[in-house]
Amino acid sequence: MQQIIKWSRKNLFATRMNTLLSLVSLWLIYVTIDGVASWAFINASFLGADKASCIANPHGACWPFVTAKLNQFIYGNYPAGEQWRVNIVFALGALGLGLLMTGCISFKKQLAVLMLTAYPVLTFILLSGGLLGLSYVETNQWGGLLVTLVIAVTGIVVSLPLGILLALGRRSELPIIRMMSVVFIEFWRGVPLITVLFMASVMLPLFLPEGMNFDALLRCLIGVSLLASAYMAEVIRGGLQAIPKGQYEAGKSIGLSYWKSMRLIILPQALVISIPGIVNTFIGLFKDTTLVMIVGIFDLLGIISFHFTDPNWTSPQVPITGFVFAGLVFWVFCFAMSYYSKSVERRFSVTGENK
Amino acid sequence: MSEKHIIVINQLDKYFGDFHVLKNINLSVAAGEKIVICGPSGSGKSTLIRCINHLESHDGGDIIVDGIPLDDRVKNIDHIRSEVGMVFQQFNLFPHMTVLENCILAPVWVKGVPRPEAEALALQYLERVRIPDQADKYPGQLSGGQQQRVAIARSLCMQPRIMLFDEPTSALDPEMIKEVLEVMVDLAEQGMTMLCVTHEMGFARRVADRVIFMDEGEIIEENTPTSFFDNPQNNRTKLFLSQIIGD
Repeated sequence: MQQIIKWSRKNLFATRMNTLLSLVSLWLIYVTIDGVASWAFINASFLGADKASCIANPHGACWPFVTAKLNQFIYGNYPAGEQWRVNIVFALGALGLGLLMTGCISFKKQLAVLMLTAYPVLTFILLSGGLLGLSYVETNQWGGLLVTLVIAVTGIVVSLPLGILLALGRRSELPIIRMMSVVFIEFWRGVPLITVLFMASVMLPLFLPEGMNFDALLRCLIGVSLLASAYMAEVIRGGLQAIPKGQYEAGKSIGLSYWKSMRLIILPQALVISIPGIVNTFIGLFKDTTLVMIVGIFDLLGIISFHFTDPNWTSPQVPITGFVFAGLVFWVFCFAMSYYSKSVERRFSVTGENK
Repeated sequence: MSEKHIIVINQLDKYFGDFHVLKNINLSVAAGEKIVICGPSGSGKSTLIRCINHLESHDGGDIIVDGIPLDDRVKNIDHIRSEVGMVFQQFNLFPHMTVLENCILAPVWVKGVPRPEAEALALQYLERVRIPDQADKYPGQLSGGQQQRVAIARSLCMQPRIMLFDEPTSALDPEMIKEVLEVMVDLAEQGMTMLCVTHEMGFARRVADRVIFMDEGEIIEENTPTSFFDNPQNNRTKLFLSQIIGD
């Protein structure tokens, strides 16, 4: 008790100004917690099969909406009998990532290669089917968190290597390569994602020959990946520029070729420097996936807002609850990325002093 | 052009934009010869040795290293670089690798030496530069003198026939200069062909077969160390020597 008093004297009430600031802050914290708690828990409705209980609790969250619709929020309109396929994809992804992150296994390299090669193929086969006796599930039946993750993960996995190549290209001594990289980067960086998605879904089919059908989700995936690559390229170029010229010269002087020198000397250092920017781009990309809603693809946010119109659930609290739920899910994923990136940064710290 | 010359430089010209940095340089180096190049800053001495392993490209004249002409052919450049080691003023070790990894990188990735063999070789050279016990440390954990000695070992691991030193002691604290110079003297005594850009005149007297004085992109004077220091011919040489030995 005495220690608490001593601590608060020193840190909260040391001067008059200090005391004032502490009291204001405490009041702000109280107001926030009180508001959130009374909305989310005290005044909220938790049980019920339709809007009745939510209308009865007009000042609190309508959680039954979320629980009733959870299946659609996760899978969209993926056929109920086939949802085990999505579950396998989720479970394998989580297992693979988990093993890679904990960092206490000896076959890490092989696993990473597997996750980047076999896993996407397996995911494709499982999710869309039409092979190995799996029934075909069209992508317009996919939705919810499934679509959000498919777009975000594809964007992340494609944009990193493509971004590295573009960044190297922009710094290349070969004029044609440099010019092409600059044009690509500046084009994709200058176009809003919404425009890209509209172009992909409305304009592109006009240019394609008649009868040639190009999956709508695939078009979005390509658009998102290329846009993200352009951003990634500039983040990585920043890292490349931070590497002293002497490192390039030392690589040359011991006889390493351009690619070997990039792979062994320059990129390992540049990428570590770029981690905060890379993760920033990943997080931005993850949240930008919500824009696919406007071309008729129902990602997590899209499918949640779509269900606001369900006549069984017309209550003033339903949209608020839905948006809060969407926000929470997005926050959990983004925070996880940010938290993980910190541990990666520590592990690869260049100086070697933290090893 | 005699057989025994390992480096032949003929009428070398180089420009940085409009600036004529090397003017009609002619220099032949015999195998096993030690040459010290000195001169005021901006005289082109670093640029000259950086042309020899093509860190800088030249605009006129020829450079022939070990019988291979240095032109724009990548194959020739790669071949010459594997025979020519270079030590930089700023060490330029790879900070994300341990000392041992720094040393085995080129043998493994350029020459395809198996890793255990490369490690054995690296330890042997680390022994020669007197820091075998630091093999598992990172460059950031070493002193400047130790880092420079690692840099020398890293170059030696490619078993080059020629070593270029670009002001190897200029970035070091005074008490560390000696340990690096001792390693260089060792290397000279074992018969390595060396070109050193340095202002360490004691080292030049002790090791060099020839001292070259450069100013404004030209070779002004070249001589044996004794004649060079005791009886300089050119006024600019005299001025330069009086400035660095001076007090």
